Amino acid sequence: MKYLHNIGTYFIMVKDMFRKPTKWSVMKTLILKDIDDLIIGSLGIVAFISFFVGGVVAIQTSLNISNPLIPKYLVGFATRQSIILEFAPTFISIIMAGKVGSFITSSIGTMRVTEQIDALEVMGINAINYLVFPKFIALTLYPFIISIAMFLGILGGLAACVYGGYGTFEDYIEGVRIDFIPFHMAYAFIKTMAFAFILATIPSFYGYFMKGGALEVGKASTTSFVWTSVIIILVNYLITSILLG
Amino acid sequence: MIEVKDLHKSFGSNKILKGISTSFDTGKTNLIIGQSGSGKTVFLKCLLGLYDFEQGEITYDGKVLSQMSTDEKRNLRAKIGMVFQGSALFDSMTIAENVMFPLRMFTKQSRSEMQDRVDVVLNRVNLQNAHHKMPSEASGGMQKRVAIARAIVNNPKYLFCDEPNSGLDPKTAIVIDNLIQEITDEFQITTVINSHDMNSVMEIGEKIVFLKDGIKEWEGSKDSIFKTDNEAVTNFVYSSELFKKVRRMYIEENE
Repeated sequence: MKYLHNIGTYFIMVKDMFRKPTKWSVMKTLILKDIDDLIIGSLGIVAFISFFVGGVVAIQTSLNISNPLIPKYLVGFATRQSIILEFAPTFISIIMAGKVGSFITSSIGTMRVTEQIDALEVMGINAINYLVFPKFIALTLYPFIISIAMFLGILGGLAACVYGGYGTFEDYIEGVRIDFIPFHMAYAFIKTMAFAFILATIPSFYGYFMKGGALEVGKASTTSFVWTSVIIILVNYLITSILLG
Repeated sequence: MIEVKDLHKSFGSNKILKGISTSFDTGKTNLIIGQSGSGKTVFLKCLLGLYDFEQGEITYDGKVLSQMSTDEKRNLRAKIGMVFQGSALFDSMTIAENVMFPLRMFTKQSRSEMQDRVDVVLNRVNLQNAHHKMPSEASGGMQKRVAIARAIVNNPKYLFCDEPNSGLDPKTAIVIDNLIQEITDEFQITTVINSHDMNSVMEIGEKIVFLKDGIKEWEGSKDSIFKTDNEAVTNFVYSSELFKKVRRMYIEENE
């Protein structure tokens, strides 16, 4: 029953997010602040992780090719496919559920605990629109992060491959270019947009509807991370089976 | 004027408010007092429309709250100022931005007009040099004064304060009480204060509503509270030896 109640409350929150908009001059400031916090603030960690995981994928692929009949360009091909199809959209989103999701839950949760949300409501402001909508808009730029993750992941693979002596520059580039299916990019960005929506709304839900004090803010952040990750994995499976299955 | 008729509110099977009827007069400081758990905060939140209630009626200057359209409720809320127990200042904004917030949300004033108004209200609460401080850099008393400034910046008709003195030293508490009283008189606001601070009761309680277990046990003024025979009120108000002595002296003087 509790799960059903939560699901219902979540969808009501999503509906309220678009209702009774906050004054544009105020909303503009909120959106810019959230772009800074959620998108710009995540670039460093995403770049670092993508580059090195791309390198690891290239090394692992190379080390597992023992058959001399398998072409050397497979390292580049496998790295590209792994990065574009799964690593960049899905695993970066799981990392973002930890980074951005916890930030959203704890910041909104703290506002709930310190009565700042009550203050908004007493003033007649739609607190859900005020707090969640700017995050949703900011995260529409999430594909930008994923594009960078894709680029740096493939670049990391190239660096590891060439400087680690696992293959040549030419072989890797040939692998990256061979059998490229443009729809895979569309598939990756459709997933990314779905994950962006999940990243904006589920952590907001756990922050907005939390009850209690400082300890509960921490618990809500953990619960939010777990559920955001679970929903991302499920939606990933669903979209993959619909679009590629 | 705010009128309340037969207000009932429950959470599940737990009845919190059991038929409260009272009124809060314009231009007066009205106090809701009672022990912790007596239903004061729930009552205040019902008055503010933050909680729905099962039965009863709340009217603001003759207009029934539950019958108001969404626009009417929005207009009403723009006329309400609220001082929360923990001040509820927005952490991410400076003190001046906090005070300016209702103006940004509800008026079409230019930036300079808003800044002028912020200067006026911050001066009114004696915070001339705090504009650029963050709430975390301000003391408890300063935060309360900022909260009052934010509550009155939009010239509200109704001011609600939830335990405005909690966590403050007695001297600062008196400063806050006097400030609320002065603002109420100056702007002829209907002020409703939720408190269990007996100093506030004695200082500014022009009308006092005493709640016990969700029922209005007694109502009167700070003068009549000295003379009341209601045992629940005297046990609550004169629970300390100091206030018992004050009461004896008051009665002796008047006899």
